[in-house]
Amino acid sequence: MTMKAWLKSGSPWIWLNGGAVAMCMIMVVGLIGLIAVRGFGHFWPANIAQIEITNEQGEQIVVMGEIVRSQSIPSAVARDAGNEVPEDIDMVTRYLVKQGNRDQTGRDFVWYLELGMGEFTYPLDAYQIERREWGNFYGQPVALLREGEIVSTPQQSGFWRDMQAALDRSLKLHQEIQRIERRQIGRINSGMEQLRLETRRLDLQGVSGLEREAEDARIAAARAELDAQFEELSVELNALKETQRRDTLQMVTAEGAQVNLSMAQIVRVTAPNSMSVLAKMGQYIERLWEFLSDNPREANTEGGIFPAIFGTVTMVFIMSIIVTPFGILAAIYLREYAKQGLVTRVIRISVYNLAGVPSIVYGVFGLGFFVYFLGGSLDRLFYEAALPTPTFGTPGLFWASLTLALLTLPIVIVSTEEGLARIPSTIRQGSLALGATKAETLWKVIVPLATPAMMTGLILAIARAAGEVAPLMLVGVVKLAPSLPVDGTFPFVHLERKIMHLGFHIYDVGFQSSNAEAARPLVYATALVLVVLIVVLNLTAISIRNRLRERYRNASD
Amino acid sequence: MKTENETKEYSTMNSQEKTPPIRVSASQARSGEAREALLMANESIKIVVNDLNLYYGNDQALKNINLQIPEKRVTAFIGPSGCGKSTLLRCFNRMNDLVDSVSITGDMLMDGQEINAPGVNVSELRRQVGMVFQKPNPFPKSIYENVAYGLRLQGVNDRSTLDKVVEKSLKGAALWDEVKDRLHESAMGMSGGQQQRLVIARAIAIEPEVILLDEPASALDPISTLKIEELINELKNDYTIVIVTHNMQQAARVSDYTAFMYMGELIEFGATDQLFTNPNNKQTEDYITGRYG
Repeated sequence: MTMKAWLKSGSPWIWLNGGAVAMCMIMVVGLIGLIAVRGFGHFWPANIAQIEITNEQGEQIVVMGEIVRSQSIPSAVARDAGNEVPEDIDMVTRYLVKQGNRDQTGRDFVWYLELGMGEFTYPLDAYQIERREWGNFYGQPVALLREGEIVSTPQQSGFWRDMQAALDRSLKLHQEIQRIERRQIGRINSGMEQLRLETRRLDLQGVSGLEREAEDARIAAARAELDAQFEELSVELNALKETQRRDTLQMVTAEGAQVNLSMAQIVRVTAPNSMSVLAKMGQYIERLWEFLSDNPREANTEGGIFPAIFGTVTMVFIMSIIVTPFGILAAIYLREYAKQGLVTRVIRISVYNLAGVPSIVYGVFGLGFFVYFLGGSLDRLFYEAALPTPTFGTPGLFWASLTLALLTLPIVIVSTEEGLARIPSTIRQGSLALGATKAETLWKVIVPLATPAMMTGLILAIARAAGEVAPLMLVGVVKLAPSLPVDGTFPFVHLERKIMHLGFHIYDVGFQSSNAEAARPLVYATALVLVVLIVVLNLTAISIRNRLRERYRNASD
Repeated sequence: MKTENETKEYSTMNSQEKTPPIRVSASQARSGEAREALLMANESIKIVVNDLNLYYGNDQALKNINLQIPEKRVTAFIGPSGCGKSTLLRCFNRMNDLVDSVSITGDMLMDGQEINAPGVNVSELRRQVGMVFQKPNPFPKSIYENVAYGLRLQGVNDRSTLDKVVEKSLKGAALWDEVKDRLHESAMGMSGGQQQRLVIARAIAIEPEVILLDEPASALDPISTLKIEELINELKNDYTIVIVTHNMQQAARVSDYTAFMYMGELIEFGATDQLFTNPNNKQTEDYITGRYG
């Protein structure tokens, strides 16, 4: 076949188009695959290696930890890093060891050259201990102490069971302490704040005389009541903390130093070298669950990301509630009622172009207009007593949602308008011919028919909003929020609170964290959670849309 | 628009004076009108159209239409595409209001009331003058809700009343037996012919006086077409029917009276038998014998 005939046959086009699809698929699958492998590998309990290293001077050190990765580097680089490498070696392999024990050695990720390394051994009694502070601890157990007395040693059978029992007890106490601190003391604190505001309000209103005295007396009584409750609780708390310190785990590090770890400090103890694959799987799921459901620890580099997931979902939800009615009503007016002319065209072009404005610009606008102007005005009107502490005049959940709603408004308007335009005029005329007015036709026939298109707009809006980070940094997202925006204290949804967000969490953990090596897998894992979350939100919306479409099937045939 | 209804009595002179642009022999037109006047003597008249002109912006789509629609009869409008027959049909329930640039002069009286008068409640008018379109346009609701739609608009929500009307209308549209077991399924799942009959049921559910059919069978297969035609025959006992059709055989089969239109003008109006067998006008003859159109 000649070249010309081949071109004419159209097969180059088919190859070209097929190739483009293949490239897209490779990129998407590669992206998800990379994130998934890097992120989810993190939760697998790695074996703990013990390595004996003899250096040039003949000194021997012992290192214990997880091998994170290895790489080959030119020996010149190794020499520059202060290692002694013999002249005849060109390339040298080095290992990154997560050796933990940051409180002992100062660094928990250390590179070691292969030179002088002995065999890797995997002692069965090597423990990995997750702590609330200072990161992981790696070492071997010596004894379990109760109030300073040895109750169990690894040589005795049942040591593991005793230790786990002590740990369980400590974890339960920890939960109890958390509950008291969060719920009850939180309640007392907000009560105190209320009283302070009441006093301030009385000052502002200039209440004086007998009335004032009565009020003051009432407030003082309430305050005394709260103080008494607080005293009671703090006694209870101290007692709990005291009994939590009862048990101690005595460990020895690879270097031979003995360390006493209070059970109160420990989150989890595992001995990965002695675990079966099944046990590791169990452990994997447990850690993954902790990641999804727990609060972050250690400047976000450990623990979970639950507040970020919760914040993202809440924000997207509130954004949807705001943007849907606004967008739909605006689109209906533009398409159905507005006189189609120059003005409408200008408005439509402006709306379409708003979709292209960089999101950080929306952030600046949100901060300037929503937070400072609207929020500041709200504070002066309704929260005067709390000033100068701002209530709404500071970045928070509501302003973040509102900014994102503004950002996604064009998307909803455009899709709704397109949906309305697609509805065949015969349906419209059919309704009008039955004596329906324009409004009746609109609300009983046209709008229900356009709902799939509105849902499409909402889907796009959600996808855009959930992934947006830049504007949020200005209008309400923070590195670490002290409390969730939804909780048990009235009014249950706290629109003025600051929130955590997955997108910002990725940025913060990845680039603002002092412990880059520890943060790296979390960046991938968080990114994967964000992608999965957006996919789930989208799938929900898509399934709703498809159900609606099914209902109005063939309407536009 | 005329202010007085002085044209109730038919006047050929009047018509002649006002139609200088008509080149089609005035004598023919006059004789047609004379014959028509004779013809109409036995009928009670539902709608009278006097000197109707309709413009889309500057383009005149209807020119000096004079016409009488007899009550409880089927009147067919035939003519080639673009001759204005649908436009004329849409004047009867003021669907032309939806087009911004339309302007109308002349009279259009239903039961002596001016349809285009400013104070007319258009919704009320459309309840009296139902319409069925070329393409079946059921709403994406259940069969039941489609038929009940017009009543619900009027605020009727009583279940038993609705049930009765839905059944009666579907029976009236010869659809009841086919759908009685799936009233609450979507109307979008029906065949085109069923959908068109559903639309007719929807129209008769609000008991209009006139039903306008705009090429109701042009999108349907022959069997569905036959059913619609049979239905039209049934319906004319209770309703005044005006039908626009491309299909001359259909006009011959279903209508009692036929109006032939060409280029926005009403060329000839007469009893269907007569118009098809012995047309008064050369153009009509050419058209029905297939010489053009």
